[in-house]
Amino acid sequence: MEQKSIAATEAEITDEFSLFDTWDEKYEYIIDLGKKLPVLDNRFKLDQNKVRGCQSTVWVVSEYKEGKVFYQADSDSVIVKGLISMLVRVLSGHTPDDIIAAKLEFIDRIGMTSHLAQTRANGLRAMVKQMKNDALAYQLKNSSEAS
Amino acid sequence: MITSPEIQGGLDTALLRRQFPILERQVKGKPLVYLDNAATTQKPQPVIDALVEYYSGYNANIHRGIHTLAEEATAAFERTRDTVKEFINSACREEIIFTRGATEGINLVAYTWGRQHIRAGDEIIVSTMEHHSNIVPWQILCEEKNAVLKVIPINENGELLMEDFEKLLTEKTRLVAMVHVSNALGTVNPVKEIIAKAHAVGAAVLVDGSQSAVHLDIDVQDLDCDFFVFSGHKVYGPTGSGAVYGKLSLLESMPVFHGGGEMIKEVRFEKSTWADLPYKYEAGTPNIADIIALKAALDFVTDTGKERIRQHENELLALATSALEQIPGVRIIGKAAEKVSVLSFVVDKVHPQDLGILLDNRGIAVRTGHHCAQPLMDFFGIPGTTRASFAMYNTKAEVEALAAGLEKAIKLLA
Ligand SMILES: Cc1ncc(COP(=O)(O)O)c(C=O)c1O
Repeated sequence: MEQKSIAATEAEITDEFSLFDTWDEKYEYIIDLGKKLPVLDNRFKLDQNKVRGCQSTVWVVSEYKEGKVFYQADSDSVIVKGLISMLVRVLSGHTPDDIIAAKLEFIDRIGMTSHLAQTRANGLRAMVKQMKNDALAYQLKNSSEAS
Repeated sequence: MITSPEIQGGLDTALLRRQFPILERQVKGKPLVYLDNAATTQKPQPVIDALVEYYSGYNANIHRGIHTLAEEATAAFERTRDTVKEFINSACREEIIFTRGATEGINLVAYTWGRQHIRAGDEIIVSTMEHHSNIVPWQILCEEKNAVLKVIPINENGELLMEDFEKLLTEKTRLVAMVHVSNALGTVNPVKEIIAKAHAVGAAVLVDGSQSAVHLDIDVQDLDCDFFVFSGHKVYGPTGSGAVYGKLSLLESMPVFHGGGEMIKEVRFEKSTWADLPYKYEAGTPNIADIIALKAALDFVTDTGKERIRQHENELLALATSALEQIPGVRIIGKAAEKVSVLSFVVDKVHPQDLGILLDNRGIAVRTGHHCAQPLMDFFGIPGTTRASFAMYNTKAEVEALAAGLEKAIKLLA
């Protein structure tokens, strides 16, 4: 199966959200996503994989295979888990370059930034940052190995 | 006359709510249901008016000007001192020191009385249910002085184990710093008894009244506490206002806190001398507007009637407690026999933050997290709770909205 581009997946999520009229429905969907995201194995729930959000804990682990980054993530908050599952869906399986360049405008488009309280929006930004940092580390490792 | 069901508790909440403009607003398209009163209360119109009147009518720096505005501002500022004195029934106005709030008040006592009295090996006693504000200043002091912090344990209901407290009290105890009412559990602690027992071994007592000033009748003379602190913003007053009560003899003999203008009698490079009480502890330009408006808040509470407010809030607490107890998976944290209108709970398999988000989406404001009481959360073995706290303007309909919102949220999340 052809890997969808980051932008295409973003558009897909934006479309899915356009079906919802109310935040009740959006949350129901996000919670559902959160419940479906597989639980991260405990051996990955290490301090170095933690993203500190507002009150919840998020773990992000990544793996680099054949030039692409694959993410797994988990959270003790099911809503946060739903949010991060969207990030995983958008970013996982792409090259470090593409991940670093991703604008992730879908977060704004689905109304998340304006709806979430500031502190939680910061948490979301922290997750994005951690995922991009991982990609950056792989990119740097690549270029140092190439030189 | 037809009386609405809301008046049954002796308080006409419909009328009362009209005094709080913010209660008319919508949140996420729904009427605001504000149940985060233990964090801060909303402000009634007289408080807002007092702020506006000060800034638009007589804004001036106090205590040093001879012009009319300065005199008016000084008089208004000092009237609040008289009101605070009455509100907590201290013996004289010189015992009331204005601060930005409880945290600054506790730090004031730690840095002045604490530095003067605490020596190596001395012991300071706090309880498991303290707010971080009544832990950290004492930890800093203990570290500096090589003193020891001791902690009174509690039971599963969130009540102090008084026998253990008595065992902790020794001739080494210099201070007991104790929360009057727990912000996370609602527990009312038997501070009068604690004070008597502490005094019997020669220890002083600081009462953190952050949560009690708004709910209970405070009489510092009857309590016989050495210090009492509270924050104005939790008593329907402005943020940045608060007070420390200290016994006159202690305040007189304590070293100064902040140095600067206002707190001096004379300044010479060789040596300066300090102003009389209470100004000795009020360095610099204070929070004039907020302190002035604090009077309006305290008057509002007194005029509404603390006893009536308490009755009303207790009814809401009882109603909310029984409604929540019926929701499967809900476990109430804090079941003390003596409680104010604070209701903390956890829900099986549900993160408090998720509950908070979903309730907010229905316009219901609650607090989630550790409530600045991490050692207390550790005791219960939980990372945090969801907390609803009720004030004079809350209604039974709002309690029902909370219960309905919770049920819906739990169905989605669990
Ligand atoms: C019991 C208790 N102590 C101290 C404080 C600190 O009050 P402030 O932040 O207004 O200084 C609070 C506020 O949450 C409190 O509830």
